[in-house]
Amino acid sequence: MVTLSRRIFLAAALILTAFAGTAWAGDRFITIASTTSTQDSGLFEYLLPIFTKKTGIEVRVVAVGTGQALKIGQQGDADMLFVHDRAGEEKFVADGYGVKREPLMYNDFIIVGPESDPAQIKGDAKAVDAFQKIAAAKASFASRGDDSGTNRMELRLWKQAGVDVKAASGGWYKNLGQGMGATLNTAAAMDAYTLADRATWSKFANKQHLALLVEGDKKLFNQYGVILVNPAKFPKVKVADAQAFIDWLISPEGQAAIAGYKIGGVQAFFPDHDQPGA
Amino acid sequence: MSAAATGSGAQPFMQTIQDAFASALHLMISLNAGLIEIVLLSLRVSLTAVLCAALIGLPLGAALALFQFPGRRFAAILLSSLMGMPPVVVGLIVYLLLSRSGPLGVFGLLFSPTAMILAQIVIVTPIIAALTRQLVEDLWSEYREQLQSLGCGPRRAIATLLWDGRFSLMTALLAGFGRASAEVGAVMIVGGNIDHVTRMMTTAIALETSKGDLALALGLGIILIVLSLGVNGAAFVIRDLTGRHP
Amino acid sequence: MIAAGNGRDGASILPLRLEGVGYAAGGQMRISDIDIELAAGPRTIILGPNGAGKSLLLRLCHGLIQPTAGRVQWRGSGAALRRRQAMVFQRPIMLRRSAAGNIGFALKLRGLGRSERREQIAEVLRRTGLSALAHRPARVLSGGEQQRLALARAWALEPEVLFLDEPTASLDPAATRAVEELVQSIHRSGTKIVMTTHDLGQARRLADEILFLNHGHLVETGPAAPFFAGPATPEAAAFLKGELTW
Repeated sequence: MVTLSRRIFLAAALILTAFAGTAWAGDRFITIASTTSTQDSGLFEYLLPIFTKKTGIEVRVVAVGTGQALKIGQQGDADMLFVHDRAGEEKFVADGYGVKREPLMYNDFIIVGPESDPAQIKGDAKAVDAFQKIAAAKASFASRGDDSGTNRMELRLWKQAGVDVKAASGGWYKNLGQGMGATLNTAAAMDAYTLADRATWSKFANKQHLALLVEGDKKLFNQYGVILVNPAKFPKVKVADAQAFIDWLISPEGQAAIAGYKIGGVQAFFPDHDQPGA
Repeated sequence: MSAAATGSGAQPFMQTIQDAFASALHLMISLNAGLIEIVLLSLRVSLTAVLCAALIGLPLGAALALFQFPGRRFAAILLSSLMGMPPVVVGLIVYLLLSRSGPLGVFGLLFSPTAMILAQIVIVTPIIAALTRQLVEDLWSEYREQLQSLGCGPRRAIATLLWDGRFSLMTALLAGFGRASAEVGAVMIVGGNIDHVTRMMTTAIALETSKGDLALALGLGIILIVLSLGVNGAAFVIRDLTGRHP
Repeated sequence: MIAAGNGRDGASILPLRLEGVGYAAGGQMRISDIDIELAAGPRTIILGPNGAGKSLLLRLCHGLIQPTAGRVQWRGSGAALRRRQAMVFQRPIMLRRSAAGNIGFALKLRGLGRSERREQIAEVLRRTGLSALAHRPARVLSGGEQQRLALARAWALEPEVLFLDEPTASLDPAATRAVEELVQSIHRSGTKIVMTTHDLGQARRLADEILFLNHGHLVETGPAAPFFAGPATPEAAAFLKGELTW
């Protein structure tokens, strides 16, 4: 007996099913593994539509920490990488996972911290000096701790400053394991120093009592590279379309587009594909 | 949906809450296209996952309740424990399975809504199955003698008991939906939070939080709660309607 | 239309013989040395104080429980055995459906087609005076109505044997009366009645033959009239006087 209640249940189930629908689209797209700091800076929202409009190729960005992005590349789950860790990138290519590293652009890192600046680093010219002061003052420092490009830069600076942060972890040195935005949130909440990329900092909306304290040291330059994932290893890589994106990025047009991205009226990324040593 | 880069001094709690309600209202009233996109995707992913999880979990739970087999008690304990599986762990496992380097890589499902649906199915099925198992067990102990007298053994009883317990089972399905729509760890890993493709309510909230736009994140959270209210409300309306005409 | 159970398959399953039947549970013999023969015709009442084992004996006869000693031997075997019996329990067990739906459920199990079911349901509801309640949810009916519905459901199956386990124990006098009248009607239509009760008055009213149980043993059996006039055993005598301690 098909009672009314059964009919209603059936109708509900059918609506549910109609909602389900198919899950994949047939459009033309490439998948790139990039970093959270790049995404948080807003660069992609600005840059990708320009490329898509020109070529009709959609660019899908999976934004994670640099370590995870490299891993995604090693698994063959992305068509190309868009990261900022030269050593990691070169190893990626050397190990056969990538075809060629193309230098792309740079932005810079800055040291931010509480306005009150207990370690007195404001205006320091050298980042390493600032780090030494922070360690000496045992001032709170929030580290991304996620093996990202930013994190690797930070650890290099500590090493150069001669500070053993592993020993200090849990005390003044807070090892978070988070993206740039989350780390800034934590630093703001606990009035801690941290190393951030300028672009994310400019866009960050929850600064509270944090302020920009140290900038301009050449050591703080953050170089980006793009790499095509090796189709010899992963036949499913969309070589033509991904290469088209890379070619566009390093072309004068692409480089100009990158230079055109501004945050608060200030240029955020500096294209340097043609500069030696990039 | 971007935010201004202001911020000198901490925002008092109430101000953030006010801003959150304001942005939620604004987004909803203006029928912001970006919002509608992620709302529809969230509903699609979670509802599909719950539907599939029900198709698996309801008969599974009923069978576990009705049939005797060696290791039955262990299976019941295992099922209950799986309810507490951390979603991010499920995400990791599904990622490794779907990865191009993984056993199911040939399907190319990673970083798509399908991958998110699969992950959520894995998360939700134990909930539905475990709750169904308990309910059917209780119903069977109540009905068993009469059903056996009428010639209805465990096998034929599955459909009957599931239908009879439909109101309690609906609650189990809503519990599953709640878990699915609130989940962020697994869908982040297997979906990649790709703009316009796999960005859902929860991953959007995570993103806005990491950008520091707490008011917007909270506003999205409010909308998510409203969504959940809507789904639960609809379920109860259905229940009432059918309650009067069994 | 509603006739004796042997209309379906042709071969009667009576008489039922219990030979040396016993049942142990938890290391204790709950019922033992049962030797009886139930033949077509007389209304058999199993009488005894609480805890005597009446319900257990009924379930052993109906096949809901297997004896741990002796055998329960019907005439014939196979599917016919189940089809030609029905049972009504002390508390009526109804599914979350309408009154008509519950009867329909039982008939559907027997393989009846939709129009056949509709006819049979209408007829049996008429005979039990429940036609007006056909589409009400069975669970909102009163206790007496539900028990009559249980009887209607059993009657619709046209059983050769109807077992009843203290069917009026939870009912008020008016409902009890209605149920007893129904039992008599069902008997008149050709069904063998086997019923347990601890209510002396009910036994006097309904019994053609008595099986008197005490402490799991069959103490006395025989036609009703002589039993009530002058029981052969002291226990039976004590029970009839209301003096039997358990």
